[in-house]
Order: sequence, then structure tokens, then C-alpha cells
Amino acid sequence: MTDAPMLEPVKADTSGRSQWWDVWDQFKTHKGALFGAAVFLFIVLAVTIGPLLWTIEPTFIDIRARNSGPSLAHPFGTDQLGRDILARMMAGGQVSIAVGLTAMLISVLLGTLIGVVAGFFRKLDGLLMGLTDLFLALPLLPLLLVMVMLFRETLSRSFGPEMGTFILIVSAIGVTSWMQTARIVRGEVLALKEREFVLAARSIGTPSRRMILRHILPNVLSPIMVSATLGIATAIITESALSFLGLGFPPDFPTWGRLLFDAIDYLQQYPERVFWPGLAISLTVLSVNYIGDGLRDALDPRIRGR
Amino acid sequence: MLTFTFRRLLLAIPTLVLISLIIFLLLDLAPGDPLADQPLSIPPEVRQKMRDALGLDSPAYVRYLLWAKQFFWVEPLVFVDWVAGTSFSEGMQRIVSWQFRAPVFDIIIQRLPQTLWVVGLAYLVGVLIALPIGIISAYRQYSWFDQVGTFISMIGFSVPPFFSGVLMIVFFAIMLPWFPSIYDTTLVVNDFESFGQQIRQMTLPVMVLALQTTAQLSRFMRASMLDNLNHDYVRTARAKGMTEKVVLLVHVLRNSMIPVVTVIALGIPSIFGGAIITEQIFKVNGLGQLLITAIYANDLPMVQTLAFIFAVLIVLCNLIADVLYGLLDPRIRYD
Repeated sequence: MTDAPMLEPVKADTSGRSQWWDVWDQFKTHKGALFGAAVFLFIVLAVTIGPLLWTIEPTFIDIRARNSGPSLAHPFGTDQLGRDILARMMAGGQVSIAVGLTAMLISVLLGTLIGVVAGFFRKLDGLLMGLTDLFLALPLLPLLLVMVMLFRETLSRSFGPEMGTFILIVSAIGVTSWMQTARIVRGEVLALKEREFVLAARSIGTPSRRMILRHILPNVLSPIMVSATLGIATAIITESALSFLGLGFPPDFPTWGRLLFDAIDYLQQYPERVFWPGLAISLTVLSVNYIGDGLRDALDPRIRGR
Repeated sequence: MLTFTFRRLLLAIPTLVLISLIIFLLLDLAPGDPLADQPLSIPPEVRQKMRDALGLDSPAYVRYLLWAKQFFWVEPLVFVDWVAGTSFSEGMQRIVSWQFRAPVFDIIIQRLPQTLWVVGLAYLVGVLIALPIGIISAYRQYSWFDQVGTFISMIGFSVPPFFSGVLMIVFFAIMLPWFPSIYDTTLVVNDFESFGQQIRQMTLPVMVLALQTTAQLSRFMRASMLDNLNHDYVRTARAKGMTEKVVLLVHVLRNSMIPVVTVIALGIPSIFGGAIITEQIFKVNGLGQLLITAIYANDLPMVQTLAFIFAVLIVLCNLIADVLYGLLDPRIRYD
């Protein structure tokens, strides 16, 4: 009973200030990361809110105004069918970023699952890490191309051309990019398993499931978050590469990669057309990479507060 | 060390077999039919006979084993025949491309020089640029050189080759017509003029690929140098009165190169993957472009063989990296 008043100030302190405030404080000191976060936020807002303000349909064909240069009516100009490039850029950005986020989610979920299971259950370790090594030895880009070629028709038929391609590309990228996360998470879990608090939890009879959810997962969250951020960048680049090789989204459902691919045909006459989608991809990836860099420092308690 | 190498070699075999099986099973789902472009006037029973002759209706494992036999036994024999002038492989069925109606390996041999020239040179250039940049940025940490180096390598990471390549075409082939934007593979180098032309047409693709390599390697080199610069042996070397040049380029560099060399070995297959895109941009008809056209044309034997060759490259480079690591670093001996 005498301990009760002693506990109170500690309580008051933690309620106002969680560890995420510390993380944010550290993140703020990383100039590049802050700038990257601002740019990424701007791009996300531009492609989500932008179409509400700029109401020209990306598929609207105004054949009289085709191939026009930048003007007030079309700030980025129009393409060979007279479609407004700004509207197409925003529509493409929505798809590109959606692909990046979803593919990242799949790959991180898979990687975390495999990493945690391999690190926690010794019996499965050899098998799962063998699988990871096998996947790392696969030629990924050729296999991605083959997968798209094989399943595009089937999935387009059952989900419609847009949704089918989206599902296909997102799952193909997710299934071929989880290996790094799995390796990192496994390493962390192996190290955590030797720590005293895990031993303590085990000694009071915590079942494996709760042990993983309560004790292991929160402690491997930071490497997972970092690899998730970097995963967005990889997924966006991979999707653009597929679209660039002509094996991505259909032309009336543009992504940045597809816009770049379409602009290549007019490279001689209108070189500025390749510039915008390429710049959008590069800026997004650059900003995400900087965010990942900042997060890595901010989430590491050994660096934090120095 | 030798036993380790042998063990790794033995371990590589089941990996490769599994990978070839995975690629085969994936491609087995493909809807392509090698007889689809035969005239419709062929009677069905003749068509069936053709299918039987090609072994298309046999079960998957028979077709897989046939491909494996052709890849691992017949093609090496053909190679031996070609080198030594013998005739072991006479009458044996080779892997035939559905698209070219010619043995897959003959076409690969035709396309290989272009890829090797462009990709190999790009990798070499990338490594040669990256190492000094990494060394200087580590030695002068946080100087303007380091900052610029960090920024440029971030750009190299973030700008995908299909954009940097197109940008280079816009700047150096359209706005300033210095370099051709298309790689002319029919060019025969026989005098100085054609040699210059060859150099010029290789410049852009090599630059695009080298930018990627440089970005990764220079960061790695810098981190590795920084790791070593704080060690005690560096202070000892300085205390003994060695010049900065000797300390840096003999003591620190040699130790820092250990992980970098393995990264260089590991990067070789990924540069082949990047070449798929770069070859497409500059219209180099190398292996990457061959793969893309084969995928478009549903040429399954070609896709299967090429994908497997890429896998062999990856496994081989992993093996080389592991062995090199053990050879270079006496602290790491696996046995």
C-alpha cells in the first residue's frame, strides 16, 4: 500500500510520452528523412486528393487537342490521343502507390511469418531457411515476367482486366520479395530467444503463440518497419519495370511505369513526356529510401537520444 | 578449405535441380502450343503424330527428364564436339526453340557476346569508379565529397535504369547528338573509325548500368572502410610512423576489401537482371532481349533454358563469393 503513491508520477510520465514520441524526436533530427517524408506525403496527397480538384477524366479523349504542349488547360500537355497528362499522372500514381503498398504488405507479412517461425521453432528452421535460400537463388525478374505472361489472361477473365492485373502483379511482387525480411527477422528472433525476459516468460508457462505475439513481435517491430518502408520502393520500381517491359497494366489503366513506356514511342518528338512519370517514380523511391534511412536511426534505441 | 568448396559444390546440385524443377513446373502451366503455327490443313492424325514425335503428350516428369537430359548431357556433348571436332552428340535431340526452329544454345551463343561486352564492361567501369569514391568518402567522412557521394548514390539507388537510360537518350542522343541511341550489332570493328563507333554506341548502356553498380558498391566500400579505420591496428600503423598513403591503401584497404570482393561477386547475376531492361532500352540484342522476345512469343524451351542459366549464374556467384570470403579472410575458415 505504501508503494502506491510512488508509482503515480511514473504513470503520469508514460501516459503523456510513449516511445513513439522518442522515435519522432529522433526522426526529426534526420533532415533527409524529414524532407523525404514531406515529399512522400505531398505525392500521396497529390494523387489522392488531386483528382478531386483536377476533374478531367484520365481516359477522356479530346482528339482535337492531341499532342499539345503545356498550357493552362493542360499543365503537362496532352498525349497522342489528347488525354490530359496531369490527370493520367494522378491516376497512374494512385495505382503505382497502391501496388507499392499492397505488395509491400504481402511481402512483409510473408517475411515476418517465415522469419518468426524459422527463428522460434528450431525444427522448422532448416527447412524454412533452405526455402529462403532457394528463393534468393531464383532469377526473379525473368520469373516475374513469366508469371505475368502465364496468369494475366486467366486472372483478367475472372476479375476484369484492371483488378486481375492488380492482383497478379501485387501477389507476384509480394511472393518474390519477402526473403530479406525473413532473414533479418529470423536473426533478430534468434538473438531475442536467448534473452532473460523470454526465459522468464517461458518459465511461467507462456504458450508459444502468446510468446510470439507478446514478447517477440514487439521487439522485432523496428527492423520490420524499416524493411517495410524500403519494400515500398522496391515494389514500385519492380512494377514500373514490368510495365516498362510491356508486361504490366493495360494502357487505359495507367501506372507511372506504363506512362513512361507509352512515352518512349514519342521520345524524338516529345521528350518531356517521359520526364514526368520518370520523375514521379524516382522522387517517390528517393523519398521512401530517405524515410527508411531515418526510421532505421530513429527506431534503434542505441542511437536514439544521443 | 577444399573440403568446404566440395561440400558447397555438392549442395549446389540439389538447389539447381529444384530450381530447374520450379521453372519447369511454372512453365508447364503455360497455354502455348508449339504446333499452333502449323498450317490448319494438316490432318489431325498427322498432327497427333507430330505431337507424339515431340513428346508433348507424355507426362510432365518425362518431359522434365528429357529437358534435363538435353541440358546436362546432350548440350555439353555438343560443346565438346564443337571444341574438339569429335562426334559424340550425333543424332541426339537438342533443346530446340519453338520460335527460331533452331537449337536454343546456338542462338544463345550468338547473343552472348553483346551481353557480355556491355554488361561486363559496365560492371568493370562501375567497380573502378565505386572503389575510389568509397575510399575517399570514408577517409573524409562528412566532408562535401562524402555528402555529394551519398547523394549521388541515393540517386543511383532511386532512379530506375529504365528512367536513367531514357534520360540519357534524351540528353546525349537527341538534344546533343553525341551518341547513338540504338546499339548496332551488325557493326564490324576492323579499323579505328569503326572502333570509335563501337565505343560510342557502348557508352550510354554502359553508363546506365555502371551508375547502378557504382551506387551500391561505393556505399558498401565506404561502410567497410569506416569499420576498419577505427581499429587499433590503424593507430599502431600510424604510431610506427607510416605515411597516410601506406596506412590507407595497404593496411586499411586490404582489410576493407574482404567483404567488398564478395559483394562484387554477388552482384554479377543481378547486373544480368538489370541488363534485361537496359538491353530493351538501347535495343541491344543480347540475352535479356532474347528472354523478353521469347516470353512474348511463348517460346517455352527458350524461356526455360534462359531462366535456368540465370539461376546457374546466381548459384555459381554465391558459391564463388563464399569461397572467396574464406580464402581472403583467414579468420573465417569453414572447416
